[in-house]
Amino acid sequence: MTGADAIIKCLEAEGVDMVFGYPGVAICPFYNSIVQSPIRTILIRTEQNAAHAASGMARVTGKVGVCAVTSGPGATNLLTGIATAFADSIPLVCITGQVSSELIGSDVFQEADVTGAAESFVKYSYLVRNVNDIPRIFKEAFHIASTGRRGPVLIDVPIDIQNAVVTRFKYPEEVNLRTYKPTVKGHVVQIQKVIRELEKAKRPIICVGGGVLLSGARQELREFAEKHQVPVVSTMMGISVMPTHHPMYYGMVGNNGKPCANRAMNESDLLIMAGARVADRAVSQPDLITENKVLVHIDVDPAEIGKNVGPTIPLVGDIKHIFQEFASQEITCEHSKWIETLNDYRVRMEPKRHPNPDYVDPAALIRILSEKMQKDGVYVADVGQNQIWSCGYHIVREGRFLTSGGMGTMGYSIPAAMGAKLGDPSRQVVAVCGDGSFQMSMMELATMRQHHVPVKIVVLKNNYLGMVREYQHYTYQDQYSVVDLSGSPDLEKLAAAYDLPFIRLTNMDGAAEAVERFLREDTSMLMECLIDPMDLVK
Amino acid sequence: MKRIYSVQVENRSGVLSKVAGLFSRRNFNIDSLAVGETDDPAVSCMTIVSSGDERTIEQIEKQLNKKLDIIKVKTFDETQSVSRELMLVKVKFNKGNRRDIMETCEIMKAQIVDMSKNQMMIQICDIPERTALLITLLASVSIVEVARTGTLALPKCDS
Repeated sequence: MTGADAIIKCLEAEGVDMVFGYPGVAICPFYNSIVQSPIRTILIRTEQNAAHAASGMARVTGKVGVCAVTSGPGATNLLTGIATAFADSIPLVCITGQVSSELIGSDVFQEADVTGAAESFVKYSYLVRNVNDIPRIFKEAFHIASTGRRGPVLIDVPIDIQNAVVTRFKYPEEVNLRTYKPTVKGHVVQIQKVIRELEKAKRPIICVGGGVLLSGARQELREFAEKHQVPVVSTMMGISVMPTHHPMYYGMVGNNGKPCANRAMNESDLLIMAGARVADRAVSQPDLITENKVLVHIDVDPAEIGKNVGPTIPLVGDIKHIFQEFASQEITCEHSKWIETLNDYRVRMEPKRHPNPDYVDPAALIRILSEKMQKDGVYVADVGQNQIWSCGYHIVREGRFLTSGGMGTMGYSIPAAMGAKLGDPSRQVVAVCGDGSFQMSMMELATMRQHHVPVKIVVLKNNYLGMVREYQHYTYQDQYSVVDLSGSPDLEKLAAAYDLPFIRLTNMDGAAEAVERFLREDTSMLMECLIDPMDLVK
Repeated sequence: MKRIYSVQVENRSGVLSKVAGLFSRRNFNIDSLAVGETDDPAVSCMTIVSSGDERTIEQIEKQLNKKLDIIKVKTFDETQSVSRELMLVKVKFNKGNRRDIMETCEIMKAQIVDMSKNQMMIQICDIPERTALLITLLASVSIVEVARTGTLALPKCDS
């Protein structure tokens, strides 16, 4: 058995059924060994997308996503994907080939210090120096990626290690890491403090983040909000914790969020942040939100608590465990007046759009699309104006909403949608992107075709990098610089080149039927929607 | 606010760069950093002196604890610890100032550990303020070069 065989055995032991990647000489022993394995390989068209696809898969299945690429440029191309997963705490194991051990440090062909380059955005990384360490390293890597605050783990494997003979292979049953023991259970005293504050509060609110979804606490959180009639708002990463039309849900907060959600958070006297980082896009002035209120911060990562805002009550632990603990406690609270106030805000403060009838209105289209999607469908939003419209108008029922919230990586939606579809083929998966983000990942149309991944793609086309154009509109009084996307391909011809059925929507006439046609069958399709180039998210 | 972190880490290659990288990436200061093996060859001890406001000081500890190569972080201020720094100073001397330098060394409990016709090397092992003081006292003398270990510190003995 070689080191490469041992790696495959480890992946099989971890229940991995798919690897996204791109080969090169330094990872060839791995790709040679995987031929004998039932693990499916997906040839992605650029390495960054291997990490995004693994991320989409991880987010839908709750399992660790795996990608494998070669050394040097393969590894450096992967970095943005790793950083994207790190920013959103997505569990990945990323395997990179490396030049032969004795050549490391001599700047040979396709050598890059990838563990060094990735250090500040991996949860942990390994450079394998001894072939017999492979079982332990993989066991640890999967454990580290999938526990505590999730995140990507990088394993760099020199080619000589992949080819070396393993003298003993035993996949460990347990990990033994003296330096890594994440807190799962919340502290009893802190939990009691939170309950007392909740009973005292007149205007409580919960702000949910991506941590709720990562810990699989959607159900627990909803039940808590319903049982105690506590209103809920969310960060971008927390969208789809609550169904959009849930009576206790008031929308996304932040500078691109719903006015009523921001007002609700500001006016609350008890704010429970659950699995949210209090980052700048959600809370632009962290110090202000602590004024006149009790702040409870629940997070599995103690370093997040107090990083951007000083909490009154810190509560470290896994969200699911903590809300299960809340559920088992007697809590009496009453704040029906607060709910009434918020319901009034919800009606009064709904922003009004004035769409141009000559174009497709992205807000209306996204609403129709998400309403007509299967109930548990997966909606993947890219980055740009399309992301903000998606956050604002997408209607969640039982499905998921995936996007690159922390890093804001353009081009995320198509590979992530592929990963999501491959992870759960029973669910409908739709990627919504702009014409800028589409062109960052359109090479993956070939991957979809080659591997028969029936993902639906909506392109909101305005011939601009719309989000930056909007910024230049407000900040530089419409002096546009490097945002014109002239020269973009004819998407109908492009779709034909990939054998992809195509629909073009030029305005809202017949939009509902077009969307129905788009969604009817479980096949790939590309829908181009022409939107007003001057449209704004604000 | 000054703060000392005594950090036990896995004695592996790359750990120093990970810890140093954490400080630069998060915009934390490093006033000094000293590393050496402990009684257990698998464990190294890093003594890091840093400064910042209360939130920064707390974040440094939390972020250090998050690193998987870090076994244990102890943090304390100077009053709660015994701290020492070793410094070697090479100076040029002449007939006129030779006595003065020797007297300064005597007062500062510094030793002269090497000497030639016109240079001498002074060694001092003391609290960081006193090593700094020696530099000030030698200001009038021509200093050739200086090497310092940075602060080493351990919390005071349990009573």
